[in-house]
Amino acid sequence: MTDGADIHPTARKPGAWRAGWARLPLTGQLGVMILLFWAVTVVTVQFWPLAEPLDMVGRRLQPPSGDHWLGTDALGRDVLSRTLHGAVYTIPIAFAVVLSAVTIGSTFGALAGFFGGWVDAVIMRAADVTLSFPPILLAMTVAATLGPGLQNAAIAMVIVWWPIYARLMRAQVLEVRTREHVEAAVAGGAGRMRVLTVHVLPLCWTPTLINATMDFGQVALLAASLSFIGLGAAPPTPEWGSMISEGAAKFYSWWIAFGPGMAILSIVLAASFVGDALRDIFDKRSVE
Amino acid sequence: MLKYILRRILTIPLLLLGVASVAFMLSQMTKGDPLAALVPERMMSDPAVVAAIKAQWGLDEPLPVRYVYYMGNLLRGDMGTSFTTRRPVSTDIAERLPATLELVVAAMIVGTVVGMGIGLVSARFRNTAIDGAGRGFALLGSSVPIFWSGLILLYIFSVRLKWTPGTGRLDARTQPPEGITGFYTIDAALAADWPVFVQALSHLLLPALVLGWSVTGIVARLVRSSLLESLGQDYIRTARAKGAPEHRVLLGHALPNALIPVLTVLGFTFAYLITGAVLTEAIFSWPGIGSYAVSSARSLDYPAIGGVTIVGATAFLLANLVTDLAYAWANPRIKLQ
Repeated sequence: MTDGADIHPTARKPGAWRAGWARLPLTGQLGVMILLFWAVTVVTVQFWPLAEPLDMVGRRLQPPSGDHWLGTDALGRDVLSRTLHGAVYTIPIAFAVVLSAVTIGSTFGALAGFFGGWVDAVIMRAADVTLSFPPILLAMTVAATLGPGLQNAAIAMVIVWWPIYARLMRAQVLEVRTREHVEAAVAGGAGRMRVLTVHVLPLCWTPTLINATMDFGQVALLAASLSFIGLGAAPPTPEWGSMISEGAAKFYSWWIAFGPGMAILSIVLAASFVGDALRDIFDKRSVE
Repeated sequence: MLKYILRRILTIPLLLLGVASVAFMLSQMTKGDPLAALVPERMMSDPAVVAAIKAQWGLDEPLPVRYVYYMGNLLRGDMGTSFTTRRPVSTDIAERLPATLELVVAAMIVGTVVGMGIGLVSARFRNTAIDGAGRGFALLGSSVPIFWSGLILLYIFSVRLKWTPGTGRLDARTQPPEGITGFYTIDAALAADWPVFVQALSHLLLPALVLGWSVTGIVARLVRSSLLESLGQDYIRTARAKGAPEHRVLLGHALPNALIPVLTVLGFTFAYLITGAVLTEAIFSWPGIGSYAVSSARSLDYPAIGGVTIVGATAFLLANLVTDLAYAWANPRIKLQ
C-alpha cells in the first residue's frame, strides 16, 4: 500500500495517514487490522509463549481446554500454536505470489499494450490460453509436474495469476497511451521507453493495486487448497491446508481443522474488505 | 453481431489447441518419474524390463513424435491410459462425469435460488440490518475455504444431528439406479424407485449446499446492485405513482429487467463451480472427475491429470462462450469489437 505514496510523493501531507484511516469504512479498518495482526504474527510468533508447533505437548486428540485453547491433534500437538505458526508459511507465500504475478503480468501487459503488433499478439494469446484453464486444475497440474512442495505450489500459482495482471495493465496502458500529455511527450521527442516508464505507467497502477489486494486472500486460499490436496506443504509442517487435511482424516475431532479454517477465512475476508475499501477510495479519482 | 458470434466460436478450437499443447508440455516436464509408477521397484534394475515398458507406453520416442501422437490421439478422444487405474483416461472420465455434473447442476440451482433471494431481500431492505446480514452470509460463502466449510457442515449435520447421510453418492450397500443420464436422482425418479431417489437426493444435499454457497455471493451481489439500478429508473416511479404495492413494484417491474445481467453471470458461475467441485468432491468422497483429478495429482498420474485438465478447460471455455454470447444477446448496447 505504500507504493501509491511513492508514486505521488507530493500528495503526502502531514496527517495523511490518519485522514486516510478515517476515510476507510468500518469493514476496511477491520480488514487492515486483521492483516496487520497476521503480519505481526509472522515476524514475532517464534517469541510468543506458545508450545512448539512440532512437539508433542499433551495427550492426543484433546478437545479445547484451558491448557490447549484449540485442543490437540492426532499427535498431541497444540493446535493453537500450529495455527499461529501456519501464518509463517501462508502469508509470505501469498505475498510473494501476488508480487511476482503483478511484476511479471504487469511487465508483459505494459509491453503488449504499449508496443502492440506481434508483441501484443504473442503475449495476449499466451494469456488467453492460460486463462482457459480452471485455475485449480492448472495449479494442480503444474504443481504435480514440478513435484509436491510449497515452493512449486507458489510457482504454479504465479503461472495461474500473471495473465490477470497482464490484461489489467494492458487495458490501462491502452487507455492512458491516448491521453494528451503522452502525445505531448512524444512530440517533445521522448524515447519510447521513457514515454512508457515516465508518462504512461505511473498512471496505470490503481486497478492493479486494488486487484492485488483482493487477490491476496484468494492466493492464500488456493495455497491452502493445494496443500489440502497434498501438493503443497508436507505433513509435519503446520500449514493451514495440510492441517485441515489432517482434520479431515480425524473427522470426529472437529477442533483440529477449526483453527486453520478460521485463519484462512479471516485472511480472505480481510483482503476483500481492504480491496473493497481501496476501490471505493481510488475509483472515484481514477474513473474520470 | 453474427460476425462476433462466429469469431468467438472459432477461437475455441485454437484455445483448445493451446490448452492441449500446455498439457502435453507439462506432462513432458515432469520431475517425478512416471516409470516409478509403472515398473515394480525390484525390476527397475533390469534394463530389458525398463526398455520394454518404455516402448509399451511410448516413452522412448523423441519429443516431436510424441507430441504428434498425443494430438492425434486426443482428436480421436483418446487421452491415453491412466498409470494407476490402467484403463483409458477417457473411460474413467466418462464414467465419473455424470457425478460431477449432477453435483455442479444442483449447486448451481442452490446458488442461483439462494443468491437471488438474498439479492432481492437485500435490495428491498437496503442499508438495514437485514441487508447487512444477507450480504454478510453471501460474502462468507465466497470467502470460506470450501474444503473446510464442507468438513464442518458434515460434522454438524451428519455426525452430530444425523440429519444427512455420510459421504458418497449413495449408502454403501445401495445399487446405483440403472439409467441413461447418470444423475442418480433423475435416474431413480425415472425408474420410479423412490427410496433410492430420496437417498440420492439426501446424499446430494450437503455437497450441493456447500458448493452452491460459494457462488451465492456472486449472484446476490449482482441481483442487488442490478435491482437497485432498476429501482432508480423512471418506470418504477411511474409504477409507484400509479399506486402499485411495493412487492408488485419489486417483483413485477424491477426484477425482470434486473435479471438480464444475472442470466449472463450463470455461465461464469458454472466455470467457478468447476473449480469448487474439485475440493467439494475430495471432502465428500464424491466419485466425480474432481476427486479423480485429486487422486491422479497425488500419484503423479499424468495421462489422467492431463485428461481431466483438458476436459475441465473445455467446459470452462464453453461456459465462458455461453456467458459472452448471452451477454451480447441480452445487452446489444455493449460494444462488440
